[in-house]
Amino acid sequence: MLKIKNLRVNLEDENKEILKGVDLTVEAGKVHAIMGPNGSGKSTLSYVLSGKDGYEVVGGSVSLNDEDILEMEPEERAAAGLFLAFQYPVEIPGVGNMTFLRTAVNAQRKARGDKEMSSTEFLKEVRERAKSLQIDAEMLKRPVNVGFSGGEKKRNEILQMAMLEPKMCILDETDSGLDVDAMKLVSEGVNSLRDAGRGFLVITHYQRLLDHIKPDVVHIMANGRIVKTGGPELALEVENNGYSEILAEVA
Amino acid sequence: MANFESVEVKEGVDQETVDAVREVGGAYKYGWETDIEMEYAPKGLNSDIVKLISDKNEEPEWMTDWRIKAFNRWEKIKEPKWSMVNYPEIDFQDQYYYARPKSMTEKPKSLDEVDPKLLATYEKLGIPLKEQMLLAGVEASDDIEQGERKVAVDAVFDSVSVGTTFQKELKSAGVIFCSISEAIREHPELVKKYLGSVVPVTDNYYATLNSAVFSDGSFVYIPPGVRCPMELSTYFRINAENTGQFERTLIIADKGSYVSYLEGCTAPKRDTAQLHAAVVEIIIEEDAEVKYSTVQNWYPGDEDGNGGIYNFVTKRADCRGDRSKVMWTQVETGSAVTWKYPSCILRGDDSQGEFYSIAITNNHQQADTGTKMVHLGKNTKSRIVSKGISAGFAQNTYRGLVSMHPKAKNSRNYTQCDSLLIGDKCGAHTVPYIEVKNNSSRVEHEATTSKVDDDQLFYCRQRGMDEEEAVALVVNGFCKDVLQALPMEFAMEAQQLVAISLEGSVG
Repeated sequence: MLKIKNLRVNLEDENKEILKGVDLTVEAGKVHAIMGPNGSGKSTLSYVLSGKDGYEVVGGSVSLNDEDILEMEPEERAAAGLFLAFQYPVEIPGVGNMTFLRTAVNAQRKARGDKEMSSTEFLKEVRERAKSLQIDAEMLKRPVNVGFSGGEKKRNEILQMAMLEPKMCILDETDSGLDVDAMKLVSEGVNSLRDAGRGFLVITHYQRLLDHIKPDVVHIMANGRIVKTGGPELALEVENNGYSEILAEVA
Repeated sequence: MANFESVEVKEGVDQETVDAVREVGGAYKYGWETDIEMEYAPKGLNSDIVKLISDKNEEPEWMTDWRIKAFNRWEKIKEPKWSMVNYPEIDFQDQYYYARPKSMTEKPKSLDEVDPKLLATYEKLGIPLKEQMLLAGVEASDDIEQGERKVAVDAVFDSVSVGTTFQKELKSAGVIFCSISEAIREHPELVKKYLGSVVPVTDNYYATLNSAVFSDGSFVYIPPGVRCPMELSTYFRINAENTGQFERTLIIADKGSYVSYLEGCTAPKRDTAQLHAAVVEIIIEEDAEVKYSTVQNWYPGDEDGNGGIYNFVTKRADCRGDRSKVMWTQVETGSAVTWKYPSCILRGDDSQGEFYSIAITNNHQQADTGTKMVHLGKNTKSRIVSKGISAGFAQNTYRGLVSMHPKAKNSRNYTQCDSLLIGDKCGAHTVPYIEVKNNSSRVEHEATTSKVDDDQLFYCRQRGMDEEEAVALVVNGFCKDVLQALPMEFAMEAQQLVAISLEGSVG
């Protein structure tokens, strides 16, 4: 599904290397987690994968289903099936949540050469999906993320993910700013999307999210590299011993 | 900026992007012209031309005298220079002041007699001049069931009105809707009473010019207590080259009446600028209400700032009666230069004026637009919501006056002025003038300036929208308060226009 090979990335204008050769392969149907201390390059990785400006790829390659995505525009990557659930979803005043969703869904369909979704079809699906995330009709009408609580924003991200049906989902610190109940709700949303044809990359500081979204593989990232890879037990190790011990061990 | 090949492009911008931007000049949908035999008055302006226009319209003597008076004054006054727009000096002698299709020499008695070429022109603009259920200025869309509402259209082509639809049906409701030239002939008592009573001949340079040379326009009279049974609209089309369009609109809403009026405008693409100087006067009597909506889409000039319409317009509503109401809504996406301040004179006690505006400028367009709210009566209220969007090298100025006179006790104004910048070579300016001459009135003014945020655009793009779609979405969100004030048909058109006007502003 997603193949990252020796990816090296500089911060544009600063010539500062942030990713120093990342190797990672996420198979279809699998959930990979990346854990790591602040400043290890986790969020940068999610931005580079989704095509945000401000980063310069100086080496390596990334492919999604054998297609090189580094040359693609962000919207082309989205249409190819890449989705990023943002750590800080932005507010778009005046644009209704539904309008936003429908525009996005149809833009991707158009890009793939599919027929646009009719408004009835769309409404039906969005209501169904919203219900399971406990998103009410009022929240669907409100402007995108404006005045949403932390939990509402994250649920909204998962709703978008559900509607767009991506192949590869990247969740960037989706647990930040969530209380226990919200985390449960969001995790259930994610779990319901787990599917043999879909890959997940879950970026998080803490093990607690992984109690709800059970990973198949856990990677530890530090200083711009994946330094250790293991099973779910690795997350517990971090939880119990902190990063320092693991980092000392690999150093 | 003379040609794109030599333009220094930002790193990472490929030729494709440059080409895409260049094509923006081609994004103006209404830039074609109608090949039709025209009859012109001789070039230039003098009292003979004024008389000739009056003569062509078969006007009575009082009207000719009125025009001559205006012309004599115009010769003595100078063009105003206080606005924030720059344009080469206009040679008023180097243009035509009257142009009409030859086929209109004999005035058609009904729409059936109108030259098919003219009918085809409006058909192509999306304004079929047939008396069927039609939508003003909007192509049928999924979201509106066509045929729900009737809209009567007065179609003005260069200097003359081509025809007005639904006249009979309106007449049975007591509504008069016809061209102003017809009104001068058929309803002189009304025209005499109201023409120039809101925008006097002496008002300003362009209004004075218009008073001398206006050739046609629309006339509306809604009798007491009548709610106009359909929306009225005028569609202005400039077609002839080197010809100015000077139309005059007069709307009278008698006691307790209501009308919603829509105005649309387009022009062909030309390298040389063309002049448009209109005057709109609205009189609103006791308990009457008028909604006036404009989607101004004159040709804006090319991406280098060549050509386009110079739009100098005076629009004013006089809320004469107590509890009268007026609402101006404008979406200004066209013209090379816009100079326009639709105003409200709140003379009647408890009268209300509202002004909602979206002004979009791209490439080298310049707009200096806003409103005047003149509070004369007690307990008068006004509300101003202005959204200015600048992209490319454009300059966008909001200029507004709120004036509370001594007798306008307990009056209120609320002004909200938001500017949005796309790119770093454009400008937004806000020039509010506030005068309060009593101590029981309240004036509030809020202004913001923001840039289209890169994070917002990235968020939209990550969800699959391309950059232009993302900008259009964010900008439409920014304009939402104003778009909501438009009649539904216009709102749809306006949303699309917002997107088209900003094509090529990013990338």
